[in-house]
Amino acid sequence: MSDQSKVERFEDIAVPHLGAAYNLARWLVHNEHDAEDLVQESFLRAFKSFSGYYGGNLRAWLLTIVRNTCYTWLRQNKALRLADSIDDKLDEVGLDFTDPEVLFEQSMDSQMVRQALQELPVEFREVVVLREMEGFSYKEIANVVDLPLGTVMSRLARGRKRLHELLVRRMGKEAGIELSANA
Amino acid sequence: MSCQQTHELIHGYLDGELDLVKSIEIEKHIAGCPACTRSYEGMKGLQSALSDSALRFEPPASLERRLRTALRHESKSEASPMMFRWRWILAASSLVVAVLLIVAVAGIFSRPASEDLLAQEVVSSHVRSLMADHLTDVPSSDRHTVKPWFDGKLDFSPTVKDLSQQGFSLNGGRLDYIGNRPVAALVYQRRQHSINLFVWPSSEAISQKASERQGYNMIRWSNGGMTYWAVSDLNLAELQQFVQLLQEPNQSQLR
Repeated sequence: MSDQSKVERFEDIAVPHLGAAYNLARWLVHNEHDAEDLVQESFLRAFKSFSGYYGGNLRAWLLTIVRNTCYTWLRQNKALRLADSIDDKLDEVGLDFTDPEVLFEQSMDSQMVRQALQELPVEFREVVVLREMEGFSYKEIANVVDLPLGTVMSRLARGRKRLHELLVRRMGKEAGIELSANA
Repeated sequence: MSCQQTHELIHGYLDGELDLVKSIEIEKHIAGCPACTRSYEGMKGLQSALSDSALRFEPPASLERRLRTALRHESKSEASPMMFRWRWILAASSLVVAVLLIVAVAGIFSRPASEDLLAQEVVSSHVRSLMADHLTDVPSSDRHTVKPWFDGKLDFSPTVKDLSQQGFSLNGGRLDYIGNRPVAALVYQRRQHSINLFVWPSSEAISQKASERQGYNMIRWSNGGMTYWAVSDLNLAELQQFVQLLQEPNQSQLR
C-alpha cells in the first residue's frame, strides 16, 4: 500500500470518530487546547500502528488510545485526581435515587449538568460520557476503560448516583439563594 | 423479582443491555412497585439531561485540517526512517553473515559460540539504548498502548505485562534488531535501573540461564514459542525476581 493511499484509508475510517475522540478528551482534561493536541497525538499514534486494514471495533480502539494518552497527560501534569475509593461492588450501589422528583420538577439547565459532570471523579466521568453522550455499549466501554463488563455496569450506576447527588446539592443551593433573596 | 434484584439490574435495563427475559421481569416489577418506578423515572430524567447535545464538546474545524496535515507529514517521515532502518538492517545482516562465515571457517561454529554472539548483541543493544537516549519508541506505562504499538511492525505480538504493583514499572517499548531479525524490546524500570526485555519467536526451547557480561546481568529463557532475554545493571537477585514475575500467569491479565 502506498503512503498516500494508507493516509487516505486511515482518514476515511478514523476521521468520522474525531468528534467522539475530541469530546472524550475534552471531558477528561477540561481544556480545549490540550484536548486538541492529545487527540492529534492519539490519532498519529493510531496511524503508526495502522497497517491499512482494521478488522475490530475501530471506534473503541481509537477511543482507547485517546483515553490512555489523556491519562498519561493527566499523570504527567499531576492532574489525575481519582476518586478516594471506588467500590465496584454492585450490591451496595442500590437504586436509592433520593429525591428523584427534584430532577423532574426543576428543569435542569445544561450549564448545571455540565458543572456537576465536571466535578465527578474521572473514573465515573469517563463511563458516563461514553455511555450517555457517545452511546457506547457496555462491551465497548469495557474495552476502552479496560474493565470487566460487570464492573462497567456498577461504575455507571455509581457514577449516576454521584452525579444525581451533585445535582441535587446544586439545585438545593440555587433554591437557597432564591429564598434568601426573597426574604 | 424483588426490589433488591431490580436495584442490581436496573442500570442494565436502562441501557438496553439486559436479555429479553430479565427485561420483562424488571418491567413487571417496576409496573407494580411505586418506589422503583420513582427511581427509574429519576434515572431516565438524568439520562435525558445528559443526552442534551449542548453538553457535547464539538471539535473546531481547524482540528480536522491540522490532523490531515499531520498525518501526511507523519506518513512521509515514517517512510524515510524505514528506508534508513532497512539499509541498516541489510548492513548489519551482511556483517553478521560475514562474522558467522569467519567463525564457521575457523571451525568453532558451535552453539556456545552463536549463543555468545547473541549475548554480546543483547548487551550491545542494551548499552546502545541507554547511550543514544533512545530507550523507547513508544513511551507508555500502559500495556494496552505498548502492545498494540507493535502491531504491524513485527510479525508476532509480544506479551506485555504490567508489573508496576511489584515495583517494576513499564516505561515503554522499542523496535530493535538482534540475531538477524527485528525484535520487540520492552523497557521496565526498577528504581534507577532500566531493564531491557528482548522478545522474539523461536522454535527452539532453551533452558533458563543467567550470565554476566561487561558488568550487566542477563537472563535468557524460552516460553510458549518465544525467546526472552532480560538484561540490566540491576543485581542478579532482583533480575531473577523480575523474570519469575514475567513467567507467572497473571490472573488480572487473563480476561
